[in-house]
Amino acid sequence: MAARIEPIAGRYVHLTFGGRPCRVYFEEAGSGIPLLCLHTAGSDGRQFRHLMNDPAVTDHFRVIAFDLPWHGKSTPPVGWQDEEYMLTTAAYVEAVMTFSRALELERPVVMGCSMGGRIVLELAAGHGRELGAVIGLEAADHQTPWYDTEWLHRPDVHGGEVCAALVSGLVGAPAPDEHRWETLWGYMQSGPGVFKGDLYFYRVDSDFRERVAGIDTRDCPVHLLTGSYDFSCTPEDTLRTAGKIKGAEAQIMEGLGHFPMSENPARFREYILPVLDKLRAARSGPR
Amino acid sequence: MIDRLPGLVNGDEALVRRGRFLTCDFLVEVGDVAYHVSVEQGRIASVTLGPALMRPWRFAIRAAEEAWREFWQPVPRAGYHDLFALTRFGRARIEGDLQPLMANLRYIKDVLAAPRRLARSA
Repeated sequence: MAARIEPIAGRYVHLTFGGRPCRVYFEEAGSGIPLLCLHTAGSDGRQFRHLMNDPAVTDHFRVIAFDLPWHGKSTPPVGWQDEEYMLTTAAYVEAVMTFSRALELERPVVMGCSMGGRIVLELAAGHGRELGAVIGLEAADHQTPWYDTEWLHRPDVHGGEVCAALVSGLVGAPAPDEHRWETLWGYMQSGPGVFKGDLYFYRVDSDFRERVAGIDTRDCPVHLLTGSYDFSCTPEDTLRTAGKIKGAEAQIMEGLGHFPMSENPARFREYILPVLDKLRAARSGPR
Repeated sequence: MIDRLPGLVNGDEALVRRGRFLTCDFLVEVGDVAYHVSVEQGRIASVTLGPALMRPWRFAIRAAEEAWREFWQPVPRAGYHDLFALTRFGRARIEGDLQPLMANLRYIKDVLAAPRRLARSA
């Protein structure tokens, strides 16, 4: 019997972020409408592997996920060893838009989770006319901190272990063990200080409470989906955010947590497929 | 439930191995009832029902009895399913020296959640 080979292909692209050359890894599968996926803080694009293996998605969408520099298989820029990694809103927007333009993605649907869900709000506000739509998973315009990020990067606490143990509670209780632990493995593999540096963006540099009302959903539809078990971005946070964006659609996903696409892919697809169908239908109609 | 920890933890080889670098005493409060939990190299050496005057501990985890009861459900409901979900919503407090807790976070979380197994096997 032939071995099962997945349809996902991975490649590297050389881009310039913040004036520095970066070797950026991305994976993709499928064809059709570009669906650009943004991973969570302290993890990487593997979180989207189930979508990339789902023909119900890939028959209609070209699903693409890239690892931000410092994450996954994207190397940090030269000189990283002497600096403290801190992601900013400006750097994050530049990375997403540079990647999208370099791959000549035409009005991509940008779907991000957690900090990826946060940045799609800024992308919709600032670059909405270039995008087809945004989907924010576990997304809100602001977060109430629930722990001190100093614990994430210090010599007397193992970084990989503590990052995973902290976020372990954000996985929904019904998540299958196989997917729960694969999700946490991503956090265990993150480089030293990377999760903490991402949280600089998430906690400090991305208060979009005044920003989101400026999103025009006629240019860029907004869909927000949040798991009922997420206590980092709570359902209330998401509903509050959606309430400020005229035309935004929000849904609470029962039984899911902060990592819906990787922690419980079977349940997540029940929620995401109707959203993707809707975006596809709107795209094929008159604009 | 806390008094059942020695049997639940010490019989779990993987859990004891995970905590093998931890030797410390911590306090768990279930409502008004305090339990001193003594860990030696990942094994629960003793659980002592308080109050134990003048007995030191490194860190304390305090929550109402109702919060712990929900936490120990086989599949706890949202907001009660994790130590930090409890603290995030003001249902539990963590105090003291957090270094041994954070350095052994998965172990401590698993120890505290071990009573869920009793409900599953009931």
